[in-house]
Amino acid sequence: MKPLYIVIVGGGKIGYYLSKALLSQGHEVLIIEKDIRICEKLEDELGSCCLRGDGCETAVLHEAGLNRADILIATTSHDEDNLVSCQVAKHRFKVPRTIALINNPSNEKIFKKLGIDATISVTNTILEHVEQEIPAHPLIHLLTMSGKMEELVELQITRESPALGKSISQLRLPGDTTIALLMRENEKPRIPDAETVLRENDRVIALTTIDSEKTLEKMLTG
Amino acid sequence: MPGNYMPGTQNIKPNKKSIVIMGCGRVGGKLAAMFDAAGHKVTVLDLDAYSFRRLPPSFSGTALIGNGTDEEMLRKAGIETADAFIALTQGDNRNVMAAQIAKYIFHVPRVICRIYDPLRKDIYENLGLESISPTEVFADLLFNRLEKI
Repeated sequence: MKPLYIVIVGGGKIGYYLSKALLSQGHEVLIIEKDIRICEKLEDELGSCCLRGDGCETAVLHEAGLNRADILIATTSHDEDNLVSCQVAKHRFKVPRTIALINNPSNEKIFKKLGIDATISVTNTILEHVEQEIPAHPLIHLLTMSGKMEELVELQITRESPALGKSISQLRLPGDTTIALLMRENEKPRIPDAETVLRENDRVIALTTIDSEKTLEKMLTG
Repeated sequence: MPGNYMPGTQNIKPNKKSIVIMGCGRVGGKLAAMFDAAGHKVTVLDLDAYSFRRLPPSFSGTALIGNGTDEEMLRKAGIETADAFIALTQGDNRNVMAAQIAKYIFHVPRVICRIYDPLRKDIYENLGLESISPTEVFADLLFNRLEKI
């Protein structure tokens, strides 16, 4: 694999461990960090891989040689700074891939609409794990398609579910939502058709969008 | 006194606009007071309640404590029905993010964003965000005034 040039904005814990891992994989890494003390610490530990400055400023990004960067990863604790770093990288320096760390989970949708290639929400990641641990949770996020607004979710039909005893065609699902798989006890998982009637304890995997997720959850789990 | 604006119902203008201002600093506070005095519906957002001291006692609009980069907070501020949104906090990035949410998520008809950094302003202007850099404007103004000393 050809080594990539990866620029990381923010030398906090995430930036530090990320750089360490990427360096050990043989990539070229540069960290942009405002705080001189953190810069010195990083250079002591990782060698010369740190540039002091504001990762939202064009001049600093230019100095970092961003026009030859393959990826920019913004890892500061401020969502708005991560957004601007990624947008400047994308629009001014044509960086092919930009990744932003997100602290407020509701920003995930916004960042995607504003053209950031990938977002990582720590809060959501932890939530997803919690959801999978709690079997009674009505909707589980399985996968978010990168770059798109689409996602795979798992839902369980309960006794209170308004969809109980209804066929898929009767449900009138949102236009961008498809029930892709039906999992029923003692049966092989199968692709449901329009006439399939939902029963209690059925589990379904649906392809939906972030916008329709709430409607789907209401329809299937109440 | 005719011609003198009093806060209250008698001042409702036929072309009353709904304006959301983020950041109640010197500029934000003054702008809010001006629009309010002109009879428009003004909502001003700031993280710090102490900033609202800048609003005049006659201010009849809404002052909300909250973060303008938060979608929920913007909804509370009436962004969905706003005619204009102006981002005036101290942080360029906060302004840029809030202005983009207003423009691209809520489709507010007119959005103006303050960006101190002229380079960043150029980038966002190219991306279609109406922006003003006070740094540029003020430097130009001083230069023009002093050019003919």
